[in-house]
Amino acid sequence: MKTIAIVDYGAGNPVSVKKALDWLGQECAITSVPASVAAAARIVLPGVGHFSATDNLRRSGLQDAIAAAIARGAPFLGICVGMQWMFEHSQEAPQTSGLGLFDGESEHFPAGVKSPHVGWNQIECSADSRLFHGLSSESFVYFSHSFRVPLTSNTVASCEYGGKFSAAVERDHLFGVQFHPEKSGEIGLHLLRNFCEL
Amino acid sequence: MLTKRIIACLDVDGGRVVKGVQFVNLRDAGDPAALAKAHSEAGADEVVLLDISAAHQNRSTLLDTVCRTARQLFIPFTVGGGIRTLDDATAVFAAGADKVSINSAALADPGLITSIAERFGSQAVVVAIDAKHSQATQQWEAFTRGGRSASGWDAVNWAREAERCGAGEILLTSMDRDGTASGFDCDLIRAVADSVRIPVIASGGAGGAQHFVDVFREGHADAALAASIFHYGVGRLEDLKEQLRSEGIPVRLPC
Repeated sequence: MKTIAIVDYGAGNPVSVKKALDWLGQECAITSVPASVAAAARIVLPGVGHFSATDNLRRSGLQDAIAAAIARGAPFLGICVGMQWMFEHSQEAPQTSGLGLFDGESEHFPAGVKSPHVGWNQIECSADSRLFHGLSSESFVYFSHSFRVPLTSNTVASCEYGGKFSAAVERDHLFGVQFHPEKSGEIGLHLLRNFCEL
Repeated sequence: MLTKRIIACLDVDGGRVVKGVQFVNLRDAGDPAALAKAHSEAGADEVVLLDISAAHQNRSTLLDTVCRTARQLFIPFTVGGGIRTLDDATAVFAAGADKVSINSAALADPGLITSIAERFGSQAVVVAIDAKHSQATQQWEAFTRGGRSASGWDAVNWAREAERCGAGEILLTSMDRDGTASGFDCDLIRAVADSVRIPVIASGGAGGAQHFVDVFREGHADAALAASIFHYGVGRLEDLKEQLRSEGIPVRLPC
């Protein structure tokens, strides 16, 4: 199966991601069916809203399907809350566990900066990232979030807002972006194309 | 550094873009989908589509316009006008909007802010406030129904209440300045921006680059919105951003 599964877990708006992948000519489908996710060539987990919404993934069986697809090597991209879910926990919903693909948890912004962090901010990305291949090391992308992941050993792009945090993480076939590539103009489309062509 | 956003606004009536001067004297300025894409390519950081005819127009015309516009737009896209219920909002999101802007319906029932925020996230809820200065109180009052009726709310207090209910951003229009091209009402914008933690989008009165400099510097705005100066080519977006940058205001450039 060549299809990219855009996981619909009842929160946020997977339509925006689908529009972008359609524009890139990629075969993709929004799905909430675990078997479709488990069989997909690639998986995108969009996310807007509250971390607790990811509880739906566990309840619906989608989490097991995602884990199975990842285990057989399917490239995975988590966006915004979808990236935060790749970590162990979030301070936004301490009782909700993430998938724990990466160590650590997302945390509040420090007092002194407006929260949520909304708008276009510049990121610094590392030259050897596959996700950012062909993009300027200092690009503007669109963020909209109230919690953030600190810098980690898997951070491939960082952003400055009340201190530096992880704008993107990457390890093997696992990718997470805190910003919204589907809303980041040409740069975002380029990044999504990179993910589709891995 | 987080940049200041320049937002292009398309006022739409019956599926066509128009622009009112103080809510009257509409002029046709073209097709929303084509204009939105042109603005995005020219460097707009976001696009807002306001259906100013919502009260008495067929909603399917709007949803079709939203769908056609969203299909080729890959920057944040907000839709407002005539959204009265969670179902109205859901339909607009399904058509491809990233955020909805609500105004009269939120004043009538602030719980609507909460119900949309709980379903789609606060980042998806923009509360639009049309504010008018009162000589009597020397404050600003929030107006409803497209500026036709006073709501009884002080604009600053209403912004605070909207934030408490779950709004993700405030779109603040000065009715006194709207369409005049005489500059944003920096006193109004600052009064609200300094009272809430969520971003405030300044609207009403944009006429030239210096007005944007002023509203970011003096008005403490996080974003500024304008319609007619972009549609009619009075100012090129890139020139505007260049000027803002030369004044030390962070902007997304190159786009």
